[in-house]
Amino acid sequence: MKEFNYVIKDVLGIHARPAGMLAKRAKEFESKIQITKGEKTILATQLLMLMGLAVKQGEEVRITIEGADEDAAYEALTKFFQENL
Amino acid sequence: MEQLQGKTILKKIAIGKVFYFEKTIAEVRRQKIEDTVAEIIRFERAKETAQEQLQGLYEKAKEEVGEAEADIFQVHSMMLDDDDFCDTIINYIHAGNLNAEYAVAKAGDEFAEMFASMDDEYMKARSADIKDISERLLCLLSGVQRDGPTLTEPVILIADDLSPSETVQMDKSNILAFVTRAGSVNSHTAILARSMDIPALIEVKIDKAWHGRMAVVDGYQGTIVIDPDAVYLEELRGIQERDKQKAEAQKALIGQKSMTKSGKEINVYANIGTVSDVAFVLQQDGEGIGLFRSEFLYLESKALPTEEEQFLAYKEVAEKMEGKPVIIRTLDIGADKQVDYLDLAEEENPALGYRAIRICLTQTEIFKTQLRAIYRASAFGEIAIMFPMIISVEELAQIKVILESVKIGLSEQGIPYGDPQIGVMIETPAAVMVSEELAQEVDFFSIGTNDLTQYTLAIDRQNPKLDHFYDAHHPAILKMIQMTIENGHKGGAWVGICGELAADLELTEQFVEMGVDELSVSPPFILSLREKIRGLE
Repeated sequence: MKEFNYVIKDVLGIHARPAGMLAKRAKEFESKIQITKGEKTILATQLLMLMGLAVKQGEEVRITIEGADEDAAYEALTKFFQENL
Repeated sequence: MEQLQGKTILKKIAIGKVFYFEKTIAEVRRQKIEDTVAEIIRFERAKETAQEQLQGLYEKAKEEVGEAEADIFQVHSMMLDDDDFCDTIINYIHAGNLNAEYAVAKAGDEFAEMFASMDDEYMKARSADIKDISERLLCLLSGVQRDGPTLTEPVILIADDLSPSETVQMDKSNILAFVTRAGSVNSHTAILARSMDIPALIEVKIDKAWHGRMAVVDGYQGTIVIDPDAVYLEELRGIQERDKQKAEAQKALIGQKSMTKSGKEINVYANIGTVSDVAFVLQQDGEGIGLFRSEFLYLESKALPTEEEQFLAYKEVAEKMEGKPVIIRTLDIGADKQVDYLDLAEEENPALGYRAIRICLTQTEIFKTQLRAIYRASAFGEIAIMFPMIISVEELAQIKVILESVKIGLSEQGIPYGDPQIGVMIETPAAVMVSEELAQEVDFFSIGTNDLTQYTLAIDRQNPKLDHFYDAHHPAILKMIQMTIENGHKGGAWVGICGELAADLELTEQFVEMGVDELSVSPPFILSLREKIRGLE
C-alpha cells in the first residue's frame, strides 16, 4: 500500500472540474484509491461523493492506494494533485 | 406604459417584441415495472444520448462563448457518469421495480439535496447542475422536447432563469436582450450577454403577460418599459442609433495606436478590480492594466488571502495580458472598506486615518505576503507595483527595505521572480509637493485624481450637500497634475493618471499638452479615449 497527504492549494478547493478529472484519472488504475478527509473516506472514482467532501483550500486530504499497479498510480496521482489542486 | 427596474449587465438599448420563455418540465409518474432489465437498458440508452447531447453542447458553447463557459457541460458529462448516481438509479429500478423516470427523479432529488445542504456556497450551487442533468435524462426518457425556445424573429427574451443548456441552444441572432427574474452579475446569462454584447437585466419582476408585447430595455437606466409610447420610443431609438454609430466608428480603432496627429503616443491602459475584468480589457484593446485594485482579493475573502491565492490571481492577469504591462496597486483599504479579519478600529475620519500603505508599513507581515506573491507572479509577465497614499520619501525608503528582504527570501528559496517597475500613487497634496524627490526613487507616478481632489479641495465626494462646491476641473487640481508631470519627468519617471479624470474627454487635450505618458480608464472608455487622442494635434 502507498499513501500520501496533500494540502489543497486551489482557491476553490476540490471543485467540480478537478474532481471530475481526478475521478477519471483514478479509473485508469486497477488499484483501489481512497481519499480521506477527517473521518470520511471515499473512493477517488466517486465524483459526486468526492465533491461532497467539500475539501477547501488549506485543508488536508490523505490518499491511499492499494493494488497491483499502486506504484504507477502513486506516481500519477501525486503529480495530478500538484498540478491541479 | 409600464416600467420596471432591474440590475443592468450591459449599457445598451434594445427595442422589440417580448418573448416569454417557460421551461418544459417532464411530468414524472411512479409506475410498477415487471421487466426491470429492459427498464435498466432504457435508462442506459437515455444516458448515452444525454452524453452525446452534452458533447454537442460543449462544442457549440466552446465555439460561441469560449472554453471557460463551455466547461460546465464537461462537468455535467462527468457527473452523469458518476457511479454512485447511476447505481442509485439502477438500484431503484432493479430492487424497487420502479420505472426509470421515477428512479432518475428520485436519485436526482437526493443528490441535489445533498449539495444544497452543504455549508459552502460553491457546492450549494452545484445542486442546480444535478437538477440540470436529471432533467435532461427525464426529458429523454419521456420524449419531451427540451429545446430552448424557437425564435423566428428578433425578440427580447424574458424568463425566470436560464440554464446554460438553454442559452447555448438558442438561436442567438434572434435575441435582442435578456431579462430574467433570477440571476447574478456572474450568472451564465450575464456572461453570455456580455460576450454577445447585448443588453441584459436581472432581478426584474417579469410577467408572463408581457409575451408578444412591444418593449424597450434600457441598459443605461436598468429599466424595461412595456408598451412604450411614441415619444419615449422616439427618444430611445435616438440613443440606440447614436450607440450604433459610435460602436461602428470605434471598432475601426481596434489595433490602432493612441497617437496624436503630431505623433505623440499615449498609453491607454485600463483599471480593473478582478481577474475576470481582463477579458473585457482585451476585447476593448486596452494597451495594459494601469490600475489593478488588489483589494478585491482581501474584500472577497473571509481570512487574509494567502500568498498562493494572490500569486495565482496576479499570475493569471499577467499571463492573459500576454506581455502587456500590468500595474498592481498594493492593498488599499481603511476603515471605510471594512474587512472583519483585519479588525480595523472605527475612526472619526477614515479618509485621513489608518489605511493603505500605513497599514502595510505597520503590519508588515501582510505587506510581505502580498509583495512575495507579486514578485513571484512577475516571472510570468510584465508586472509593475505601485504604492497608494504615499506622503513622504521616508515611506518609500521603508518600502524598499522590505522589497529587498522579500527578494532575498525568494532568491534563497530558489523561487524565480522578474524585475517589476516600482511606482507610487500621487494622491495626496503632500506627494505632489515632494514629487521632485519621489521621482528620484521610482520608475513611475500614477496620479489618483479621486483622492487627490478630495484631499486638495477638502470635499467629501459622498456628501451630496457639497456637490455645489465641487469642481472636478478646479485649477488647483490641474496645477497639481501639471507639477507632478513636470517633476516626474525631471527625475526620469514616467507619469500616468488613473483616477476618474483620466476618462474625462474634456481634459484629454490639456493632459497631453502637460506631457502625460499614460491614461488608465475603466474598460468601456478605452476606445473613446483613443478616438479623442487621435483627433488631437
